[in-house]
Amino acid sequence: MKKLLPLIIFAILLIVPLMGLSTYVMHILILVLMWSVIGMAWNLLGGYTGQVSFGHAAFFGVGAYTAGILYQHLGISAWWGLPVCIVVLTVLSLIIGFICLRLRGAYFALATLALGEICRVTAENLVDFTRGNLGILIKERTWVEKTWFFYIILLIAAGTYIIIKKVIESKLGYYFVAIREDHDAAESLGIDTTFYKTISLCLSGVLTGMAGVFYMNYMGYIDPSIVFPLYDLSITAVMVVMIGGVATYWGPIIGAIIMVFLAEVIRSLPQIGAAHQTIFGIILICIIIFLPNGIAGGDYLKLWEPIKNRWRNKGTSL
Amino acid sequence: MAQLELFIQTIISGFLLGGLYALIGLGMALIMGVMRIINLAHGDIMMIAMYIAYGLFIFLGIDPYISVFIAAPTLFLFGVGVQKYLLTPVMKVESILPHNLVIMTVGIAMVLSNLATVFFTGNYRSIPVNYASSAWYLTDIWKNSPIELSLSMPWTLSFVIAVIITIGLWIFLSKTDTGKSIRATAQDLDAALLMGVNVDRLRNLTFGLGCALVACAGCLFIPIYYLYPSLGKQFTNIGFVITVIGGMGSTNGAVIGGLILGIFESVTATYIGMGWAPVGRFAIFIAALVFLPGGVASILRRKRLGK
Amino acid sequence: MAEQGDFIMSIVEAKNISKLFGGLAALTDVSFELKKGEILGLIGPNGAGKTTMFNVINGFYPPTQGDVFLKGRKISNLKPHAVCKLGIARTFQVVKPLQRMSVLDNVIASAFVRSKSKAQAEEASFEVLKFTGLYDDRNIISKGLSLGKKKRLEITRALATGPEIILLDESFAGLNPTEINEQIEVVKKIRTEKGITILIIEHHMKVIMSISDRIVVLNYGEKIAEGTPSEIGRNLSVIEAYLGEEHGA
Repeated sequence: MKKLLPLIIFAILLIVPLMGLSTYVMHILILVLMWSVIGMAWNLLGGYTGQVSFGHAAFFGVGAYTAGILYQHLGISAWWGLPVCIVVLTVLSLIIGFICLRLRGAYFALATLALGEICRVTAENLVDFTRGNLGILIKERTWVEKTWFFYIILLIAAGTYIIIKKVIESKLGYYFVAIREDHDAAESLGIDTTFYKTISLCLSGVLTGMAGVFYMNYMGYIDPSIVFPLYDLSITAVMVVMIGGVATYWGPIIGAIIMVFLAEVIRSLPQIGAAHQTIFGIILICIIIFLPNGIAGGDYLKLWEPIKNRWRNKGTSL
Repeated sequence: MAQLELFIQTIISGFLLGGLYALIGLGMALIMGVMRIINLAHGDIMMIAMYIAYGLFIFLGIDPYISVFIAAPTLFLFGVGVQKYLLTPVMKVESILPHNLVIMTVGIAMVLSNLATVFFTGNYRSIPVNYASSAWYLTDIWKNSPIELSLSMPWTLSFVIAVIITIGLWIFLSKTDTGKSIRATAQDLDAALLMGVNVDRLRNLTFGLGCALVACAGCLFIPIYYLYPSLGKQFTNIGFVITVIGGMGSTNGAVIGGLILGIFESVTATYIGMGWAPVGRFAIFIAALVFLPGGVASILRRKRLGK
Repeated sequence: MAEQGDFIMSIVEAKNISKLFGGLAALTDVSFELKKGEILGLIGPNGAGKTTMFNVINGFYPPTQGDVFLKGRKISNLKPHAVCKLGIARTFQVVKPLQRMSVLDNVIASAFVRSKSKAQAEEASFEVLKFTGLYDDRNIISKGLSLGKKKRLEITRALATGPEIILLDESFAGLNPTEINEQIEVVKKIRTEKGITILIIEHHMKVIMSISDRIVVLNYGEKIAEGTPSEIGRNLSVIEAYLGEEHGA
């Protein structure tokens, strides 16, 4: 039964667009799926390999700009960004990896944060290339209705899920977790930690970049502050995984649902709307203190234990 | 001659700026040394201090240099509270992801900067102190000087106070028992514990001290800078660039790193252009990471051990 | 018999190894040979530089001076994973289990060095687990093991990498007498059944004396003696090193 669950969910999602839901709901679902991709990608590098990145906005933004620049300067459809971003993001990941992966501990996180910011500032300044703060606008949207956008992001999300599952179940997965658990022990066991960390980073980067390409095509407009923001993208990616379940397959998806839902609720409340980052910050602080491994990561079970025990005792004492 | 004049003026400005930057870096280095974390809320704490100084000036007419005595203790207490109630509890939590503490500081930064945006709105503010545009001129002293150099009064005052604070900190760290305990804990936590150092209290103290230092920097900056809610991030960036240049956790390195960055930014601003400052900052950050990962401190260490 | 001994090749050679950390000399001009098939003990008081020696051989630090040779090939500047692939495995004094992984997964991760597929790695892991006696515990999450079993897991993992040489760092420290006897059997089996050469650091005198063919003694980073257990037991400078001021001033 458990094994069929993902397939069942996928099947349900396939027929969702046919259920005649409002444009708004479809938009929310698309956002959830997109954030699932970002979350799963971050989880591969952070949750499984133990390399916490604060700069995933770099990958997302570069993906978005790849698509945008193809449209702007080559006049071709931004969807070509999907295959092209694989190359671009691999190169970017190798560069970022070369600079950052040699750093241990929190300095890696710091370096990725800086690189995310560098990408933002670069996009703002290379005006001839990226149109700077004017941003890139796609005048001819591929579709008016959400249906096909939904199917595309669903495909990307499903593909991401399958890729990550296959990777974690393979030698790569063992190596990634070994690196996370004990870097020195992993080295002594014949694992070229730099090489495998780089692979993890590249995979994570490419998948996040694809989400970026999708975003460009779906929203039709990007600028540096939209696709490269620290708090609204990089840190939110961390929150999605932390709240949903670190190092689990479903965690990022659960996290995406929660975070998108929360964001929408906060945005719709008139007085509180502007303070959404404050609320997110407080939520992040609470997650770290109470629920650092997330819901699917077992912390939920820890809260459940005392209740379960009380029921169990009640039963046997009779 | 004009070229020489421009160059010397640039270096002087850079030096003055660097002195202030050093204060920011020092706070971060202390926290990094003792807690082994990068305080990503550092710049936002400075921002809070600046708003306090601003408020004190607008409503009570208190000069920002006096505000140091109000803002620093306030943010010291704030820092102690944060360490005690938010950071220390997290240290004991079992989590798969490493670096919970750093993520925690990010959360704090988010809250602080967003709250400031909500309360103060994005307007740029500045403090119009009456000596803001006063300066000392070289020609006042040396009548026949071939070149003209000027020392802006607020810049110089801020620099001098920053130096005094730095010297005070140095005395504290090297001569007092508490200061030595801080250095001991930064060097070897287990040894410090065995020596009877109350590590919890020390952590609270250090984080508070780091916040107080950056609060001083904030008050010293406000006469010469302008204030807006999201400048926290910019100063956090400056803080960690300095610690990378200077060497993680090294207070000596932070001072030298601050001066280096100050001069570098001044030179970049004069010869390449103002807008390139953030880019230049990041460029030197990457260069330091790639070419000198141990920072200036590693050079100092090598020299000391006579290699 | 003695002639046959002369023909046994040295498989690892440490030549004039010095290691400086800043101003501190952890190792000074240490040379020794590890002969194929032998069990060589490395002993010395605390701080003598034994684990540093392992770290140099293993590749965690390059030697400041001197070189390490594996079957004649210089390996001094290789990283630990490369050294492992060439056939030298090691355990750690402070055990490093891959905590959130099960015993079996710990070993599978190690077995991938020599296996081409997950199935093959699993097979190899079962074999090694049965060899060291941890097969029944294979599904326990390694964080929850007793110290004795964690030390056994260190050895199991090292064996799973299919080494020719294994460096054992204080595998007996902290074990109770029963565990010690079990562990001694395992170490002996490693040589006799798998033909692996062993370099062992140990404080437990009884253990070292009973299983080593030869012993090298370090003190303050220098080699002060080398010989058979009985020779070492009678060596005055060794005795003095261990007993310190009692017999000195």
